Formats: sequence, structure tokens, C-alpha cells
Amino acid sequence: MTLKLNYQLMNTAEVQGTLDRLANEILNANDGRPLVLVGIHRRGVPMAQRMAAVIAAKAHKEPAIGVLDINLYRDDLTRVAFQPVVRRTDVPPNIDDTDVILIDDVLYTGRTIRAALDALCDFGRMRSIQLAVMIDRGHRELPIEANFIGKRIATKDNEVVEVKLTEIDGEDAIYVMEKSD
Amino acid sequence: MLKHKDLLGIENLSTDEILEILNTAESLQEVSSRPIKKVPTLRGKTLINLFFEASTRTRTSFEIAGKRLSADVINISPATSSVSKGETLIDTARTLDAMAADCVVVRHSASGAPAILAKLTRAAIVNAGDGAHEHPTQALLDALTIRQRKGTLSGLKVAIIGDISHSRVARSNVHLLTKFHSHVWLCSAPTLMPVEIEKMIDENREYLHLTHSMKDAVADADVIMMLRVQFERMSESFFPSVREYFRYYGLNLARVQGAKPDVIIMHPGPINRGVEITSDVADGPYSVILDQVSAGVAVRMAILYLLMGAHGSSD
Repeated sequence: MTLKLNYQLMNTAEVQGTLDRLANEILNANDGRPLVLVGIHRRGVPMAQRMAAVIAAKAHKEPAIGVLDINLYRDDLTRVAFQPVVRRTDVPPNIDDTDVILIDDVLYTGRTIRAALDALCDFGRMRSIQLAVMIDRGHRELPIEANFIGKRIATKDNEVVEVKLTEIDGEDAIYVMEKSD
Repeated sequence: MLKHKDLLGIENLSTDEILEILNTAESLQEVSSRPIKKVPTLRGKTLINLFFEASTRTRTSFEIAGKRLSADVINISPATSSVSKGETLIDTARTLDAMAADCVVVRHSASGAPAILAKLTRAAIVNAGDGAHEHPTQALLDALTIRQRKGTLSGLKVAIIGDISHSRVARSNVHLLTKFHSHVWLCSAPTLMPVEIEKMIDENREYLHLTHSMKDAVADADVIMMLRVQFERMSESFFPSVREYFRYYGLNLARVQGAKPDVIIMHPGPINRGVEITSDVADGPYSVILDQVSAGVAVRMAILYLLMGAHGSSD
């Protein structure tokens, strides 16, 4: 199976602009309360860092940052062919009664978010958990929705949305790819 | 991804596999520091601890590792099982397999016992010590402790001192550390060296060294690993007296001074205080003995995850 480029959805400026807008929306909805931005490995992590920088510049309180690996909570562990690499989870201590913003690049089936919710709940009882994503591409398999969405697009099953971020990929861009056999 | 269904020894692991285990262990260390020390990863998997030799530390460590990953853990010791009624090792294994155990952790006094079980079972077999052959999880937890303190596993001088002949810990550590091109100095009384030591040195001339002088072994060492004198395996006299043993091969603060200033002191436990190591060293600032215990849980979690996760049942 190979991936070929279907179209480019966002360029460098649009990616950073979207992150800025998401950060502002999160701040407006939660200002004055202690915020924790938790990025899901891998691309949720740099997203959380960049959004935290935007929020820190404007808010009264600097948000805390966490990273979450969801592999220990997957529902398909016995079905995937390759053992997923477990990365480090680092959630700030005492997140009881805080507002947690869970951050991921693409919202698709909702299964990653289900796993992330289970993982987060093992760290305490937060006041709220909200979800921020760069792209909502539809096709949900669980009753899960995002609170903050960079862009909502219609996709086909055989398409793949690739979010590229400088920290990991060396560029900021979003591409919609198509699987072909 | 591990290439085999079992973990029988370090000798047959590649450096990539060892690093995968250590990296996974490092990620899993965090679970033990949570308020709720449990993740659902191995829910519905069955782990059986089958220990034919006494062990508290290793068995408990595997039990905690399994429980933190939500596996069901069952402990079997020979005194309370059909083994005492004369069941053979092979029949025991087949029985456990028929009960659909996913992983069996085995400790046995006979070298090679886990390898025999591995051929007969679908379950993943983890060697928790077989005779004087190997104790792979001990070497892996030692490696994790060393890497976290020294930042590397390569180019170090590691002195392994004490009862080498009865030590599967020494053997597994030699395999692991020399694979990463650290220099291992084995130091012991001639009576406590294994019979095949010359062959071991011959096969690994560049990185494995032998001495009977504790001063030479400790000189400029990055790591000093003390081994327990295994009185229970000694049917005859290997040294004249405990006091004399300590005089030549016991570690005290004065001897530690010969090593590098940032040396770390390790011991696989249980410690014979005053026989191979003094209390002021075992409990002192150089000692990482308790770090080893914590690393042990993380390494065993990593191995259970890698052997019982996707890879275990996808085929």
C-alpha cells in the first residue's frame, strides 16, 4: 500500500494561524481557571507547547503542560500486528479540580480519545476535560466530539490526513493523502 | 519488536532488542509513581510465576509488574503444587499451557529448564534464573540502572566481584555489557571462578578481563557490582572462613576509594552484610541497590508488555 498526495489542506502560515486561534478560543472559554494542556503523543505534544506559549502571553495564569501516551489503554492491542512503542507519559501532579485540555492532531474514529480519557481519569478527578484538535475528519465510531476544532473536513475512508509540524517533521503543513494498492 | 516468543537469556538478544526493552521500561517507570499504580494494558492475560527455587524479590517483582499492567497473576511454588507429588517439569508445563496461561515465569535450579519449557508451550516463557546459566531480567534491570546513572552502557569499566562460579547474574551481565562494548572485570578467588572461565575469556578477549586482585578490579571502575556469596549452593568449602573471604573480596569504604569518584555500587540482593559488603557501603551515597529494585519492576513490566501484548496473540 502506498500513499499519494490528494491535496494540501494548510500551509505554514495557516497551521500557525489555526493554532493561535485555537489557543485564543481555549483561553476565552476558560480564563481565570487553572488550565492544563495535555498533548497526545506524538503531534499533540508540540501542538500543546505552542498553544501554551500563546496562552501564557495573554492569560493571568501560565498553563501547565502534560504529555500522554495512550498505548497502554488501546482497545486493539491484541489485534494490531506491530507492538506499539510506548512513550513516556508525564502528567503534572495534582490535576484534581483543574480544567484539562486534551490535544491531538486529527479526530477520526474517536478511539484514541476514548483511550486518552481512560488514561487521564487514572490521574485524578479533573473539573473538566475538553478536547482540541487540528482537524476533524468525521467517521466517528464512538460518541465523542471536540470542543475546539481547527478545521472540519469531509473525507473518504481511503484518505489519510497528515499533519506535519516543524518539531517532528521539519515543516508546518497539512496534507490529505489517498491510499492506493 | 522482540524476535522470539520467550525471554530465555541475554546471550541471544541483539543490542536493538535490549534497547527496546530498556526504552519501554523507562516509559513504564512513570506508572509506578502514579496515585493509581495500574494500567489496563494486559487485562485478561494470565501470568504464572513458577518458582522451583526460593525467591522473594524476583517473584514479588514479577507479581507487582504483572498486576500494575492488570494481568491476572498466579504464583505456584513446588511445595504446594503437584511437583511435590512427582509431576515432571514437562507435565507441569503442558498442564499450565492447557489452562491457557499467556506467560510463565520460571525459576529452576537446572540450567536450560526454561528453554525446555519454551519448546513445549504456546505461552511465553520468561527465565527468572536457571541454575548457573542466566538471569536475564536481572542483567536488564542492572543495565537500566547503569544507563540512568551513567547515561550510557558503552565504554564503561564494570567490576563484578564475588561468587562468579555460582552466578547466573554475572553471566547475564557479562553478555549484556560486552555487547555494548563496556569492559567487564571479573574478580574472585580461584575457587569461586567457573570451570569454563578460560573459554569465556577466549571468546571475548577484548572486553572481558579476569583478576584475583580486588584492587585491580576496582581501580578506576565506573560500576562495582558485588555478588552474594551463595552459601546454599556450596556443598563443600570454597574458602577458609567468612572473615578471610571478607578480607580479600569484601567491599568496604576504603576499597571504594580506588574507583572513579562517581562510581556506583550495585548488588543483586539479598545482601550478606559483613560478608561481601559492609553496611556503610551498602547504605552509603554510592549505593544504587534500591534503584535496582525499582528498575526491576519497570523492566519486568516492559518484558511482559512486549511478550504478551500485540505480538503475543496477533498470529
